[in-house]
Amino acid sequence: MTILPGYRPQAPGTHPPLDFPGYASTAARAPRRKPIQLDHTLSEITGPRLPNAVAAADGLDLTHHAGGEAVGQRIIVAGRVLDEDGRPVPNTVVEVWQANAAGRYTHAGDQHDAPLDPYFDGAGRVFTDADGAYRFLTIKPGAYCWRNHPNAWRPQHIHFSLFGPGFATRLITQMYFAGDPLIPLDPMVASIPDPAARGRLIAEFDLGLTEPEFALGYRWDIVLRGRAQTPMEI
Amino acid sequence: MAFALTQSQTIGPFFNAVLRPDAWSDLVGPGAQGTVIQLEGRVIDGQGAPVTDATVEIWQANAAGRYDHPEDTQDKPLDPAFHGFGRAPTDPEGRFRFRTVLPGPVPGLGNVLQAPHVNVSVFARGLLNRVVTRIYFAGNALNDTDPVLSALSEAERTTLLANPAGGGVWQLDIILQGEGETVFFEV
Repeated sequence: MTILPGYRPQAPGTHPPLDFPGYASTAARAPRRKPIQLDHTLSEITGPRLPNAVAAADGLDLTHHAGGEAVGQRIIVAGRVLDEDGRPVPNTVVEVWQANAAGRYTHAGDQHDAPLDPYFDGAGRVFTDADGAYRFLTIKPGAYCWRNHPNAWRPQHIHFSLFGPGFATRLITQMYFAGDPLIPLDPMVASIPDPAARGRLIAEFDLGLTEPEFALGYRWDIVLRGRAQTPMEI
Repeated sequence: MAFALTQSQTIGPFFNAVLRPDAWSDLVGPGAQGTVIQLEGRVIDGQGAPVTDATVEIWQANAAGRYDHPEDTQDKPLDPAFHGFGRAPTDPEGRFRFRTVLPGPVPGLGNVLQAPHVNVSVFARGLLNRVVTRIYFAGNALNDTDPVLSALSEAERTTLLANPAGGGVWQLDIILQGEGETVFFEV
């Protein structure tokens, strides 16, 4: 039978190297051997499709939780999920998680001295629509301190997890905010070899997306892998 | 190429917040076809320490060897009680556990059958991108002709073969770095 083509190979340097000394935790965790290239078969071309029931039916709103309203700057984050040919990736799940306005995660593993917000959980899911568009309402996360190096602060960021259509298109990444002075100091950002590519992780303020007397708008598009050109015989 | 790919960044230490409630490590719905197994192992770092904040995801075919995905058009039955995706956090011993079924064989390239396998992604703090591997099942007759396993040395193959531990349990540790390092794939 003929199956649709696999996904385009990712050129070296597309993603950060696993072994990056500026990020101390890579030292004992990055594999030493180069990964072996796998030709794409049904195993890589197919992939999980989460049921729509895992996301809130009426849109994702992280500003309300446990019967109260979270403190912090309300923001609307919106954009599109596209492939390398600019085609929308419809009905795919976008998982997000982030620190609260004080820069602390609602997680037992984060015990640093910043207040928790009982009304902020900081995690949720939303599906893209037929045009690949997603949108959610949240609180602008605070900068997060960590112990990677002296006086280390992560820029304000929101974590994104995407599946796309196949096992090969799985992507976890982070979105940053334009103008954040911590971005040039951040080892995670610096791990991306191409300076232009670093900029693609930064959401721009968007006055058109901003809602008067309610919330600031930030726009960020995500590009997943596109298909290779030639169908395969199996 | 019109659009440039978005780069990977680490999952960090706090993804397990999204997992709540942690119900995705059991892939087997009521009445699912096939042999139910527990697939488990530890994620170990280069110093031999357990990785206690990893997230392990699996994707696999059903017992008949068909993926629940529109691009798998093989003439084999889908199983409404089995989708094939699982996600589990590692515990304080670095251990992940899935309840799933033994997958059937799926076709490879060039009319070759691939041995039954589970596709695996490991995400963790300290990994700037996921690492991808496969779990095969020791003793399966198709392992000897599997195109991926056949291209590996005996020592490399061993890192991909889960072993039966009795009671339907299959075990394989994922070693991120160093002695006995798991074979990882670029997909």
